Order: sequence, then C-alpha cells, then structure tokens
Amino acid sequence: MDESLNSAGYEIPPEMQGQVAVTTLDKIYNWSRKNSLWPMMFGLACCAIEMIGTAASRFDFSRFGMEVMRPSPRQADLMIVSGTVTKKMIPQIVRLYNQMPEPRYVIAMGACASGGGPFKEGYTVVAGVDKFIPVDVYIPGCPPTPQALLHGFITLMKKIEKQSLRSVPWYQKKPGEPIPIPVLGPDLMDPRKFDLIKQVCKPIEVQANEQPEGETGHE
Amino acid sequence: MNEQIELQASSLTDKFPEIVSLDTRTGYTGFLVMPENLITVAQTLRDEFGYDYLSSVTGVDYLPENKMEVVYHFYRTTGGGALVLKTQVDRENPVVPSLTPLYPGAEFQEREAWDLLGIRFANHPDLRRILTWEGFYGHPLRKDWKEPFFEEETKPFKSRWPEGHVYRAEDKNPFHDNVQYPPGFDPEQWSPETDELLYAGLKRVDKSDDFLTEQVVVNLGPQHPSTHGVFRMVVVLDGETVVDLKPIMGYLHRNHEKIGERNTFLQNMPFTDRLDYVCSMSNNFGYALAVEKLMGIQPPERAEYIRVMMAELTRFLNHIFSIGFLLNDLGAFFTPMLYALEERELILDVFEAVSGSRMMCNYFRFGGVARDIPDEVMEKIRKLVLERLPRKLDEMDYFITNNEIVRGRCEGVGVLTAERAIALSASGPVLRASGVAYDVRRADPYSIYDRFEFDIPVRYNGDIYDRYLLRLDEMRQSLRILQQVMRDIPEGPIMSGKPQYQVRVPAGESYGRVEGPKGELGFYVVSNGKPNPWRYHVRAPTFINLTSLAEMCRGQKIADVVTILGSIDIVLGEVDR
Repeated sequence: MDESLNSAGYEIPPEMQGQVAVTTLDKIYNWSRKNSLWPMMFGLACCAIEMIGTAASRFDFSRFGMEVMRPSPRQADLMIVSGTVTKKMIPQIVRLYNQMPEPRYVIAMGACASGGGPFKEGYTVVAGVDKFIPVDVYIPGCPPTPQALLHGFITLMKKIEKQSLRSVPWYQKKPGEPIPIPVLGPDLMDPRKFDLIKQVCKPIEVQANEQPEGETGHE
Repeated sequence: MNEQIELQASSLTDKFPEIVSLDTRTGYTGFLVMPENLITVAQTLRDEFGYDYLSSVTGVDYLPENKMEVVYHFYRTTGGGALVLKTQVDRENPVVPSLTPLYPGAEFQEREAWDLLGIRFANHPDLRRILTWEGFYGHPLRKDWKEPFFEEETKPFKSRWPEGHVYRAEDKNPFHDNVQYPPGFDPEQWSPETDELLYAGLKRVDKSDDFLTEQVVVNLGPQHPSTHGVFRMVVVLDGETVVDLKPIMGYLHRNHEKIGERNTFLQNMPFTDRLDYVCSMSNNFGYALAVEKLMGIQPPERAEYIRVMMAELTRFLNHIFSIGFLLNDLGAFFTPMLYALEERELILDVFEAVSGSRMMCNYFRFGGVARDIPDEVMEKIRKLVLERLPRKLDEMDYFITNNEIVRGRCEGVGVLTAERAIALSASGPVLRASGVAYDVRRADPYSIYDRFEFDIPVRYNGDIYDRYLLRLDEMRQSLRILQQVMRDIPEGPIMSGKPQYQVRVPAGESYGRVEGPKGELGFYVVSNGKPNPWRYHVRAPTFINLTSLAEMCRGQKIADVVTILGSIDIVLGEVDR
C-alpha cells in the first residue's frame, strides 16, 4: 500500500506498526478512486487515435488502472474529450456528461477540446468544451502525444488525491443540477444565454421606441 | 495529358457545337455548358464517350461576376485524364439539374454543395443539409457569408502580423461565444428541426403476409463504440434485417474549406494533415500536387522518392490499422488491434524522426519536402521495409485470413457489384474489391509512380472479405514499391528553389489527385493570383464511398452493418472535413 496513505497523523504503537493501517476516509477513498478511473470509450477526432495509441501495448495506460474503457456513460467516471467539439455534437456531449454518474471527471485532450485549437475560427466549432461542461485537466498539443496524455492522467490523479469528501460537489445535500442541453437553431443556442440572445438580436429601432412596452410586458 | 484533353475537346464540341463551349479563361480547362443542357451532355458523356465515373462535384462562388459555378470532374474507369464540365448559374437563385439520376455517386456531393453554397439541385431525391443541420443560418461557403469570429477576409490578419496585438475572439463577439443569429431572432419562439423529414425519406417494405411485424427505426451513433468516430446511421429494421439505411454526418464538420479559403496557400498544409488523420502524409501529397500544378514547378528527384516513400508507408500504416479495426468490429475486441498498433508505432517513429510529429506531419512543401531524411532513419526504414514489415504482414495473413469466424462473417456480406461501385463513384479498396482495376497511380500516373514495378490488386466478389484481402494485397505492393525506392533513391536537393513562406500562385484552377489509402483524394484549387486560394475543395474519398453504404447494407443483418462500415474504412475528419 501507498506510504502516504498510511500516515493519518495518529500515533501507532510500535508493536502494532506494520500490522495495522490507520488512515482517513478521504485518503482511502481518494486512493481507491484515483487508481481505478474508468474512461468512457468516446472519441471525437484526431486525438482519439492517439488515445487508442495510449491504450495499446507500447504506452499502456492500464498501468494506471484505467484500461476498462466503457462505451456507456453510465459505467464511466472519466470523460476524455478527445478532439474538436462541434456545434452539432455538443448537445450529445452535454447529454453524455449528464448521464455519467458522479463522481465524474473531464479531461480536455488537445488544443481543440481545450479552446478550439486550429479550428477555433470555424463557424461550427465550439471554442472549447469548457463553455458547456466543467473540465478538470487540460492537455495541450495537437494532438498530444501519448506521453502527454499519460501526464494528464497523472495530473488528474494528483487532483483527486487532494479532494475532500466534505467539499466535492457530489456529496452536498442537494443533488446536482444537470447541465441544460444546448439547442440547434440558426446557430447553437445555450439555454442559459436566452436572455442575452434576445437582448442582442432585438432590432435597433424597436429597442429605441418600445422600451417602455417591454417593461409593461414584464409586469 | 493535355493532348488527350485537346482530343476530347474537338469531339465534344463537334458533337454539341451549339451548347458546349471551351472554357477560355486563362488557367482554366474544360467545357462550359448551360444548365438546361447539362443532363443531355452528361448522358452523352457517359453513354457514348465512356466517361462512366463522376469523381467530383463542387461549386465555386464567383462573387465579383455574380455567378455560381458547378464543376464536375468526369473520368473513364479505363484510365486517362479528367474531363471537366462546368455550368454557370445566377448567384441569386442558383438552380442546376441534379446528376444523381445519371450518376448516383453525386448524391452526397450535391447535398454538400447545397448545404455550403446554396446551389439547388432540381430533381435531387433527398436535398437536405448534410454537414450543418436543418435550420442553419445561411450558406457558409458563399463569399459574402461571414462567420461569427470573422476578423478579416484573408490571412495573415493585420491584428496578428506584423505588429501582433492578440485578443480573444470571444471579446469582440456580442454573445462572447462563437455564435451569431439573424436580427430579430427570438430563441424561445424557435422550434428545433426534428428528424421527421429524415425518417420520412427512409424506405419501408410493404408486407402482405399474415405476420404482424413492425418496422423499427434505430439510430446508431453519433456516440457508438463502433462507428469509428462521431458518425450516425439511421436504420430501418424488419426483425433483424436492414430495410433501409441513411448515414448522417457533419458531427465533425470543422469548416476545413472556409478556413482554407482564408489561409494562405502554405498555411493550408498543416490543415490537410487533419483531414484523414490516420494518413496525413498522403493528404499533404494531394494538396502539394494541386498547387504545384498551378505554379508549374517540379520537385527534385530525391524529393519525389521521399514523397513516394512516405505515401506508401502511410498506405501500409492505414491498411494495417483498418484491418485491426475490422476485427474489432467483428468482436475480437482490441487484441488484433494491438498487433496492428505495434507496427503502426514503428512507422510513426519514422514520421516523427523526419517531420517532428507523430501524426500531423506537415512534411510536404510546394516543390519538395520540408526536411531531408537522416542516414540513421534511412537505415531504420530499410530494416522495416526489408525485414520486419513483410514478416509481420505474413503473420497477420496467417492468423486472420483463414480464420473460420472471419470467413463466416465476411464472405458474401456487404456485396457491391462493379457496375454499382462505378455508378456510386466508389474509389480505393472499395472499388477494386468489386472488380474494377482502377488506381490513380496507374490510371493517371502522378509523381514518379510510372517508374516502379507494382501491380494493382483486384478482387471480384465485392464483399467484406475481399476488401480485407485486397488491403493485404495492397500492403504487399506497397512494400514492393518501398523496396524499389530504397534501392533507387538518389542523393541531392530536396527542394526546388528557396523555401518560401509566401508562394506566388498564378491565377487558374487545378485538380490534384492521388490514390490515397482510402481512395481517390482530390484537391480542387482555384487561385485568382492573390496569396490565398479563392476556392479550396477537397474530394474526400470516404465521404463519397459512404454513398454506397446503404446499398451494401440493405438486406443484411443489423450486426453486419457495423462490419460493413468498418470495411469501407472511414475517417470522420475526412468525411465531415
């Protein structure tokens, strides 16, 4: 067992050392969680090929306890967003994220998933998956090498190690709200931004003349 | 090749002196025809002149002349150069008769032209948007359409170069995101487009027997472990049998062409890597050929050999990868894949050594390649080509070819006949496994392929098993070419002229095509003499090969659909661009 795991800050009598492990709930929980992350089998674009390469024998991420790739979001706890996120695909990605059971983590693999990458200026590209779902670790590269992806996994493990059951969002009193699923309109519409869209799209002359009417509408 | 075109020219204009005229713009080739005569001319081309293969259909928006042009590239499957037919229509209401009834392979390409350029094709059986979604605002490849993060017409943007005041694109957009809406738009009034139109287009069978069976519509994808990326298929099932199938793409549409028209010519090179991201080197090849044709330059000897070497290594890599995936689809989960990936890693090491990147090589330049191959890498390639890869190929052959399950599930499944394969514009292994010996390397030789001794493998059954066998054969031929390259490669320069950041490309059009591992990969480039291409279109082989997917799947079992898709070997980066 990990050396750091067995140092809860309690004094263990010398005759019992080596036979008894004393730890905290946080530590044992995080230790087991970080060593058995199950990624979702979910590839978007070029980065997915490098992800397959990382899973294969040369780099072999099963050394870190994550070889069990699950095609179903219900059985996965790590989503690797491996590639360009497009507007046509983001409703499905958000839905998949909502379907994953907590605790869940997201890795944005590569430049596109992190911020749009080389395709950021494109008209159907979402400039980073973090516009919709929370991301834990960003991995730079286009595509990141398998080594970089492994480094991203280890960074995520370190992050999990530091979490506390008291503060993580998934053990609060109320259940977490699902993320509203974006709608495909003339362009992608985020339900959280409907008010902003209405405000900006209002024709200018109407805005100037009928401001009071808009207020009465509110009442 | 030019002589051949001249020859065709006289006969086609002789045949239709009234309605066909030569395209006389400088730098352009081919014929102009009025839209109302298009069908007649195309029919004659197919039936009398033998141009049975419609390779590429695309549109060009000539904004200054207020014209839309549709460009067709016809070929003979017996070999030879292209016959380019063009038709011009008004920009405001562009309507062109659809060639889908004559050449069913035009179906998806016409839908793409409608989606991105707004050209309407009369009598098209299913004219819906293909890469964007129904309800999308505008037609993005029109020259007056501007994307939400629009900055300037062409790169390099003045804000970045030479001074370089970098800002976030989000800060300039009123929505702080990559979106735009028509004025007066109210999101709460919007009712999203449903799939009803799509489902209505699917065929059902009328059954008059007594069994009460229901035909079920099943969606496979876009998140599905076996669709090779974000690809969706809508399948109508009668029991387990597939009645009809429609592929739906666009989930990875990354606006390759729009970005490509803003970029300078050289800036497009790294973008081509990301088309078919399994074999970036062949993509570079096609694009370099198209632009070199316009520029009228020729790479030096050594560069030509290096190019062929890289293209053939890529072919090997792609085929071994796709065979691994095919077995994955058959249910042999990941273990055969590991064998394939082992060889792939060795080839990727070579790519990394010459170009600096494992997957996105960006290695070709106009008039040569970026770097020379160091001696120790050459030694490595020699060992791979002469010893390791042939051995591993035989090993794979030995393990898989006579495997009972592979034969049982692949033989006679997903059959595509030769006539239909040609009509549906299939290319690459899909076409050759159906018994058509059509390979661009032989039919219309480019680079130095005419110097090598190699065979074009053909198989005649057109099923999944033959596609698998054909890929094995092709890998053997690739190794044969590679062995000749290793023997003959000369010393010398690898670049003609000085390496340039900004190339001068004279006005005109060109179509560069290579036999990529997945099929005929073509780049249609129109230049107007500026540093940026006016039109940049990619004829993606897997996108067009998908046209025949429905045909292969009808009447098969649902479990075979996944394998049939695997045997076409699609890569979504190229399908959706």
